[in-house]
Amino acid sequence: MEVNLTLVLTCGVLCASGVYLMLERSLTRVLVGLLLLSNGINLALIVASGPAGESAFYGSADPADMADPLPQALVLTAIVITLGTVAFVLAMAHRSWQLNEHDDVQDDVEDAAIRRLAISDATSDSHSLTTSGDDDAETPGEEDGS
Amino acid sequence: MNEYAGLVPIPVLLPLLGSGAALMMSRWPKAQRTVSVVVLTAVVVVAAVLLWAADQQGPQVLWLGGWRDLGIALVADRLAALMLLVSAIVTLAVLLYSLGQGMTGDEAETPVSIYHPTFLTLVAGVANAFLAGDLFNLFVSFEMLLFASYVLLTLGGTSARVRAGTIYVVVNVLSSMLFLVAIATTYAAVGTLNLAQVAVRFDELPPSTSLMIQLLLLTTFAIKAAVFPLSLWLPDSYPTAPAPVTAVFAGLLTKVGVYAIIRVQTLLFPESPLSGLLLWAALATMLIGILGAIAQSDIKRMLSFTLVSHIGYMILGIGLATEAGLSGAIFYVAHHITIQTALFLVVGLIERRAGSTALLRLGGLARLFPLLGVLFFVPAMNLAGIPPMSGFIGKVGLLQAGLDEGTWLALLLVAGGTLTSLLTLYAVAKTWALAFWRSPEQAHEMARLLSDPEADDVPDAAPPMVAHRGHVHVGAVAFGRDDVSAAREVHDNDSGERDLHQKLQAGSLPDRLPWLMTWPTAGLIGVSLALTVLAGPLYGYTDRAAADLTSRTPYLTAVEQGAGE
Repeated sequence: MEVNLTLVLTCGVLCASGVYLMLERSLTRVLVGLLLLSNGINLALIVASGPAGESAFYGSADPADMADPLPQALVLTAIVITLGTVAFVLAMAHRSWQLNEHDDVQDDVEDAAIRRLAISDATSDSHSLTTSGDDDAETPGEEDGS
Repeated sequence: MNEYAGLVPIPVLLPLLGSGAALMMSRWPKAQRTVSVVVLTAVVVVAAVLLWAADQQGPQVLWLGGWRDLGIALVADRLAALMLLVSAIVTLAVLLYSLGQGMTGDEAETPVSIYHPTFLTLVAGVANAFLAGDLFNLFVSFEMLLFASYVLLTLGGTSARVRAGTIYVVVNVLSSMLFLVAIATTYAAVGTLNLAQVAVRFDELPPSTSLMIQLLLLTTFAIKAAVFPLSLWLPDSYPTAPAPVTAVFAGLLTKVGVYAIIRVQTLLFPESPLSGLLLWAALATMLIGILGAIAQSDIKRMLSFTLVSHIGYMILGIGLATEAGLSGAIFYVAHHITIQTALFLVVGLIERRAGSTALLRLGGLARLFPLLGVLFFVPAMNLAGIPPMSGFIGKVGLLQAGLDEGTWLALLLVAGGTLTSLLTLYAVAKTWALAFWRSPEQAHEMARLLSDPEADDVPDAAPPMVAHRGHVHVGAVAFGRDDVSAAREVHDNDSGERDLHQKLQAGSLPDRLPWLMTWPTAGLIGVSLALTVLAGPLYGYTDRAAADLTSRTPYLTAVEQGAGE
């Protein structure tokens, strides 16, 4: 199958930028990343359809010269789905901004708990309710930190 | 052979039409409720007929619009029909439950005008995913159910739900994008997306190309199915949703991913089972999931982690890639859909009756509300795999398949599966002991002690408390710092949330549970017990389904013949 190099390169750049932006903290940037990524992948679908040709249903081209219409239908569907997703993410970013005055993706509960645990472990043991034999097992280094 | 093909699209069409009708009737909640119940009952009936037809006459295939070979095929084979029936029963039960919740004036939790149309769309998406005979149709059905789930998860738009929803949406959008890449690659490689045609043409592909597509598809579905290490989004996003929503998500959405893995592994890549990779993933999912469950101090979060953990059992069956393994996995999916949904519904009942699901605030539920105790105890024991319940039968089937395989990795998985089962028992027993067994006064005392250890009036009977590296051991149970600070909040702040003991004394608990919430839950538990009684015939059925999957011919010939008609 012949492949259009320009399309492949564009697809690669769009996907790479999209992935980079999706790793950002702000939901708005994630949204832009999502847009770029989905456009890149739609291009990949177009690449998968093979070389360009005459339109498939309009006019009376020879079937051998026609472009493959199926991937075009897939891309249309994908675009519509992305549109819906974008609308929903925008609404969520807006709601997040209403509630928190920012639209950052927040830490998940477990991560936050582990971080708090690490901080409290490192700074003090003064919260200890009662001391126990178990504490002896701790390394001297950790004792120094308290 | 194909007499019942006309019924195949009904489980998708009816909920979609019902969804539209419900949306138009948003001003008449009663009419909406009627539409939803009638539609879902009809889907249960149709799914039962399809199950019978698929078992007696082979896969029922319908090419939509009569576009032979070019259109979209819907296929109901034994596996799809079973999944369809179980999911239809579960969604009907959850819908009735949420009606009960709505009738108690809890409209903020489940606003009827949006809830019903969205719920029906979710059902249509799930049914379409089971029936799809085409990769792109599978993608579309995933999007249908995901969109519905986005809305359901963020109902009301509270801060916690928006936080959970953000993670959920971003992760799922990413997995959808991966799925699209896999679809584009497949189309470029073989020029079709119909599963049966792809299956035939993949045999001629170079192994490296098909391996790449296989890994792409597996990653996509592993995110949906919450297989470790792609499971971390799940325990964070599910527990914040309203109880019926969490229940239906936990029961169905991950299983749709598992179903998709079974389908592509058996149909498209029979030559490349990737046993090593899948078995290691299964082991990690089981153990890490259940260790997470043990560490939780909230029943909802605990159950979300057991959900992840038990996905590992199904992946174990798929990874073995033997008929016995697949049969066990299918049985386990059917069992787990009912049991996990039932448990989340019970937790919804606990939340409603006792005002909280945090273990720190609960106690004495078994004595106060015996019905609730029974409703929790039976499915919890079933989840842990106590004989003779269906959880036990499913696990024995899977472990037996592992022993038959006999490789050291399979044996390691058998050991891991047994350990996970025991740890599940520990996790639910801990919940039982704290929330149901001890008295509310004990719970209150313990929380008070946690919050103020220097208090003078420590009763002699109080369990010994030991502070150690960031958490507090009380008796045999460990509480993290978060729980301690939560306990402080309860007692430092009069206006804050109260625990069950305080609520009992203040008399601020709701009078009783609405029967429409209790009965669907009891019914679902009844279904799970029926799975135990009917385990013989059901296992026979899943054996036949697994034989169909490994031989591939029934599916392939049915789709081909369907195209000829």
